[in-house]
Amino acid sequence: MDIRIALAGNPNSGKTTLFNALTGSNQFVGNWPGVTVEKKEGRLRFREGVTVTDLPGIYSLSPYTPEEVVARRYLAEERPDAILNIVDGTNLERNLYLTTQLTELGIPVVVAVNMMDAVEKSGDRIDSAALAKRLGCPVVEISALKGRGVAEAAEAAMAAAREGKAPPPFPYSGAVEHALAHIEEAAVHHLPGAQQRWYAVKLFERDQRVQEALGLTAEQIAHIETDIAAVEEAMDDDAESIITAERYGCITGWMSECCRKSAPGALSLSDRIDRVVTHRLWGLPIFAVVMFLVYSVSMMGVGAAATDWANESLFGEGFYLFGLENCWVSGVPVWFERLLDALHVADSGVGAVIRGVVLDGIVAGVGAVLGFVPQMLVLFFMLAFLEACGYMARIAFVLDRVFRKFGLSGKSFIPMLIGTGCGIPGIMASRTIENERDRRMTVMTTTFIPCGAKVPFIAMIAGAIFHGGAWVTTLAYFTGMAAIIVSGIILKKTRLFAGDVAPFVMELPAYRLPTLPNLLRSAWERGWSFIRKAGTIILLSTVLVWFASSFGFTGEGFRMLEEEELHLSLLSALGSAVCGLFAPLGWGNWQAVVASVTGLIAKENIVSTMGVLYGGEGNVYTALAESFTAASALSFLVFNLLCAPCFAAIGAIRREMNSARWTWFAVGYQCVFAYAVALMVYQFGCLLTTGAHPLGLAAAVIVLAGLLCLLLRPAKRAGRKEGEDAAMAA
Amino acid sequence: MKTLQDVAVGRSAVVLRLHGTGAVKRRMMDMGITRGTEIFVRKIAPLGDPMELTVRGYELSLRKADAATVEVE
Repeated sequence: MDIRIALAGNPNSGKTTLFNALTGSNQFVGNWPGVTVEKKEGRLRFREGVTVTDLPGIYSLSPYTPEEVVARRYLAEERPDAILNIVDGTNLERNLYLTTQLTELGIPVVVAVNMMDAVEKSGDRIDSAALAKRLGCPVVEISALKGRGVAEAAEAAMAAAREGKAPPPFPYSGAVEHALAHIEEAAVHHLPGAQQRWYAVKLFERDQRVQEALGLTAEQIAHIETDIAAVEEAMDDDAESIITAERYGCITGWMSECCRKSAPGALSLSDRIDRVVTHRLWGLPIFAVVMFLVYSVSMMGVGAAATDWANESLFGEGFYLFGLENCWVSGVPVWFERLLDALHVADSGVGAVIRGVVLDGIVAGVGAVLGFVPQMLVLFFMLAFLEACGYMARIAFVLDRVFRKFGLSGKSFIPMLIGTGCGIPGIMASRTIENERDRRMTVMTTTFIPCGAKVPFIAMIAGAIFHGGAWVTTLAYFTGMAAIIVSGIILKKTRLFAGDVAPFVMELPAYRLPTLPNLLRSAWERGWSFIRKAGTIILLSTVLVWFASSFGFTGEGFRMLEEEELHLSLLSALGSAVCGLFAPLGWGNWQAVVASVTGLIAKENIVSTMGVLYGGEGNVYTALAESFTAASALSFLVFNLLCAPCFAAIGAIRREMNSARWTWFAVGYQCVFAYAVALMVYQFGCLLTTGAHPLGLAAAVIVLAGLLCLLLRPAKRAGRKEGEDAAMAA
Repeated sequence: MKTLQDVAVGRSAVVLRLHGTGAVKRRMMDMGITRGTEIFVRKIAPLGDPMELTVRGYELSLRKADAATVEVE
């Protein structure tokens, strides 16, 4: 039988470092069912037959965040053979709070006190033998970063698992113990002895999830309630507060017995850094500089160079290896072309179809997936650095005031900033937001910001219709920002997002210098999960649209088309069929619809498609100017800026949402929102320029009224309370 | 009632009672803000909210609206 060890601990306690040290490269990364929380498992490096499950970083086993619920469910229902609880030695008091909850589960626990090197360096002392005696479980001193004590911790956890002896229960005060004994007898006596304690404590806290899981009758709950109420009355506090206060009270006692601080009140290096970085005056300028660095390196510097290389050289003609003139390496499409030549696939008839499928469909699709990866790796590396060094938490601290007004986290700034370059890494960057609700909201709204691929399209509209006015670009960015703000305000009032409140009670971890291997590993993990999870969607949709646009019925029957024959394609047939839908937006012609669809492969395709469709004879710009008015051009622009992003971005949304339902909801919302805004732009635009269409104007007025209504409806002051009830009931 | 929000930067206060409810209150308690805890107000964010506190030897940030639910001495 395999031994299963669960790794549990606070965020920022070095849990990931320890997990990597324990398992090396034998890891499987996935998601916990139903939530966006990452799940990692690995095989122990030193011994055969031991599985380590990395639980999400949590502060408590309370039922409020998805991370806590996932960890709780795993521990209480899957019951691992032992828990390896990593605690931060430099922050022992708060870290031990989780330990007091873990030791109640009836599962063997080993406590690993991490960062012992930092503790010793600061001159503090931790008496781990004394601590082990108080906790009733083995305590191992380790430094995950230096690899010190890691094997010993693993051995201790395995020994504890084999022995199967759970630590003694945490001692509460007399009155609480009395009530717990009653509860055990009334509701949980049918459970195995070791598990009764945890359930009794949770019932004492009136934990609804546990009440439901145990299937208690109303009678039982009422019976327990009298016990709880009696204690609350006697101690003048509510049950949850009593339990928490007793845990912390006991830990404070242990601290004075087992720890000695060397120089209380001395200003650490971390304190000195923090004084500058979140300073009242310098805080914001420093933030701006950091953001500029992140953006310029990942989006313009190294990252852009890498992505250009991937798109134009690796998936293009080819490149000189290391820039050497005599080392020409052909691009992937060239290799495939040669392969097809070698297989004697003809350039006409069936052969042309095969060539088309392989080169323009599959290779181009794979290129679309992999082309983003280099840039993404650079960005993820920098984000991992910001997270690991502790600055990411300060970003949230500095920007919280602005972003929470429209239902986002201060950390949403980074995805949006990155989104101006490319929405895909932008969406993936939302991983750093720990609150699930904020994360979903950010994922949904990030692509409203015009990304780099939309810039040529914006320039085309500006050049063809508005004499190259720079205001069009400015307008595009402001539209994107306004869309985020409006959507944030609207969405946060909906039931979907009102469901769970986002308490901003956040630890500001001490600044630490991260290690290179950890940063590289983190960047690679995120990049790989994009390739794996988003890749399939991107590839399939790219091939599908490619097929629809390059095949069609002609005089000679169904066949593959030349580039100039796009008007005969399946796609244009589809465009003609649905273009009436877009007539209220002012561009109900199939060309515009087809261009929008090809924009789903990559937004810059809109420009090339328009080129093919409006090219014909003469200048594209002249042809465009003839078929669009100022109002319809703006409406077309706005729609394509706000509607569903490219497939690659949709794939990224799917990856981050970890749910098909949420992905559809996000894309659906974006399209509906884009349609509503474009409708208003066109109809009100007509009113101001060429004269209004009465019916259309009426529709636009109704949409505007509806939007204002959603925007201004009261945020339900009681919403907070209600939300919590809903969250608890869920 | 004096709350944590009223404590000046650079001063400390001792928690008397938490008046909030549900998830936010539980989270504050889980993070170590319990009855009798001494809390030091380190600074206010550059835009005026949230606050940075020292609780049980580490740094914690808390919105002023939530700090207003913590009664202190």
